[in-house]
Amino acid sequence: MRHLIRRIGFYLVALWASVTLNFIIPHLSPGNPAQALMARMRGKLSPQAQHALEISLGVNHDPLWSQYVQYINNLLHGNLGISITYLPTPVIQVIGQDLPWTLVLVGVALIISFVVGTVLGIIVVWRRGSFSDSVFTPFFTFLSAIPYFWLALVLLYLLGSQLNWFPIHGGYDSDNTVPGWNLDFILSAAQYAVLPAITIVIGSIAGWMLGMRNAMITTLSEDYVLMAEAKGLTSWRIMFTYGARNAILPNITAFALSLGFVVSGSLLTEIVFSYPGIGFAILQAVDNLDYALLQGIFLVITLAVLGANFLADLMYVLLDPRVRLGGS
Amino acid sequence: MIISSSTQSTAMLRLRDTWRLITLNRKVSFGLAILAFFVLIAIFGPLFFPKDPNTFSQDILQPPSAAHWLGTTQTGQDVLTQLLYGTRFSLVMGFLIGTLTMIISIIIGLVSGYFGGWIDEVLSLATNVFLVLPTLPLAILLAAFAAYRGPLTIVIVLVVTGWSWGARVLRAQTLSMRNRDYVEAAKASGESTLRIIFFEILPNEISIVAAEFLGTVIYVILAETGLEFLGLGDITSTSWGTMLYWAGNNDALLLGAWWWFLPPGLCIALLGAGLAFINFGIDEIANPRLRTEPKGAKSSKSRKATAS
Repeated sequence: MRHLIRRIGFYLVALWASVTLNFIIPHLSPGNPAQALMARMRGKLSPQAQHALEISLGVNHDPLWSQYVQYINNLLHGNLGISITYLPTPVIQVIGQDLPWTLVLVGVALIISFVVGTVLGIIVVWRRGSFSDSVFTPFFTFLSAIPYFWLALVLLYLLGSQLNWFPIHGGYDSDNTVPGWNLDFILSAAQYAVLPAITIVIGSIAGWMLGMRNAMITTLSEDYVLMAEAKGLTSWRIMFTYGARNAILPNITAFALSLGFVVSGSLLTEIVFSYPGIGFAILQAVDNLDYALLQGIFLVITLAVLGANFLADLMYVLLDPRVRLGGS
Repeated sequence: MIISSSTQSTAMLRLRDTWRLITLNRKVSFGLAILAFFVLIAIFGPLFFPKDPNTFSQDILQPPSAAHWLGTTQTGQDVLTQLLYGTRFSLVMGFLIGTLTMIISIIIGLVSGYFGGWIDEVLSLATNVFLVLPTLPLAILLAAFAAYRGPLTIVIVLVVTGWSWGARVLRAQTLSMRNRDYVEAAKASGESTLRIIFFEILPNEISIVAAEFLGTVIYVILAETGLEFLGLGDITSTSWGTMLYWAGNNDALLLGAWWWFLPPGLCIALLGAGLAFINFGIDEIANPRLRTEPKGAKSSKSRKATAS
């Protein structure tokens, strides 16, 4: 219990740090583009919105501490400022619109990648030193070094642009379907999601496979595995109930951690596919100097990562008796 | 066999042993070969193609030919020349930022682990906070607010966001080192604290530093390319990332200009894989369990089990 309370305290500190970073970064670089932007925006916003935006962009002339207090106060009221790209939509609404796209796409891809990668890792160790190990392992190493977004470009070119198997732009067929809970829209969205999802799975599967492989190898040299072999158990049983069951712990923790990167892990892939998620919102924000939106997105991403870390802590306590019962 | 040659100094011997260990490991030699290939390109490539990589020409969007081995861009720039200069830029950035990042990781990790107490509390809190903050989004935020866009911004942004992992690993290792006999001996003989940390403890952690350094360089090259692809670098310079940025912005994809966006990404993947192979090799040297055993080597396995 004390362990958990300490962790919660840590996450509060981390949250405070990210909020403060969000506030400080614009102040760090005098003459930053936000100032020119605010000069351009004068008169287009209500005085109240103008004031809030000035504070979050660091171009206000109030004393620093008073700006900081107002900034925190705004955040606590869920006020992340106004998006300049989608004037006058509040940032929180823009994020709320984009977030589900990212969550569904990357979430599903993550689960597929985790399951397939982990199973591949087990198989490769099973046939260690054989053909599949000596071919798969270098191949997956190469795969893991490919930049995500470049892989997206290549697949988009080959399967989308050249072969016309998949749509190449957007999140759904906006000419013939209306977003909502109707079958046409869901089918269209699923069709548009296939290629980005394949990209994410190919790009991330190597990490799961190599992680599982190394954990399996370490586990299989334990004494209890030798004992199982000596008892004459089937290799199937040794592999799964003796090896994999113990070796999977780091991979499960990594899975919980990567839930936090569902929001931010595929930003560039989304940009390549013009997929209407958080990554695309970031590109819009960068292109339009929409700093409030950029800060809002960073905050949401941080919240997701901190939440996932906490989840990983909880799972570790649940799954590993040594953490649950052990004193130190 | 080597011990008999007493004329050589022990330092030379150790160096030769390390070299033998490295060259005997297939993964390390494979990775080193790839790395050497890119280093040679970065040094000598531009000498053979001394043309300014940004020169425009009349040959617009040409596929690969004898005159332009890798074709040309929308504005008639030669893709091969750009790739060669880009290799130099990306390699220099990767190793420069990697080195700076490692220096910060080493200082924070070793100081935190050696001193303990409140210094450790403060430093490891900072390390852990930076560890959970999402790096690429933070880098994007920092770069977007920078008043000046260029290599220096990218250096600062990636150093700030990249040091925490190495610091954490080195802290843990230092924690287990600080009560060893040789440290006690150094203390007793009156060596200064700084000397103990950086000349006694650090050399013993050099394999971890090397592994972390390679990992950091991979991260840096990927992140740098990502930032430049977003247009957050200096878009007039020539690097792998800006090549992809221009290819993306000029719809190279829809125009079918595969020779434009394929080469930079392949280079990144190859270099990244090379560095990763060196890293895996070092892992295998340090952790014998990961080495591939020949088939049917059960006896050696059971020997290991009883020995441990």
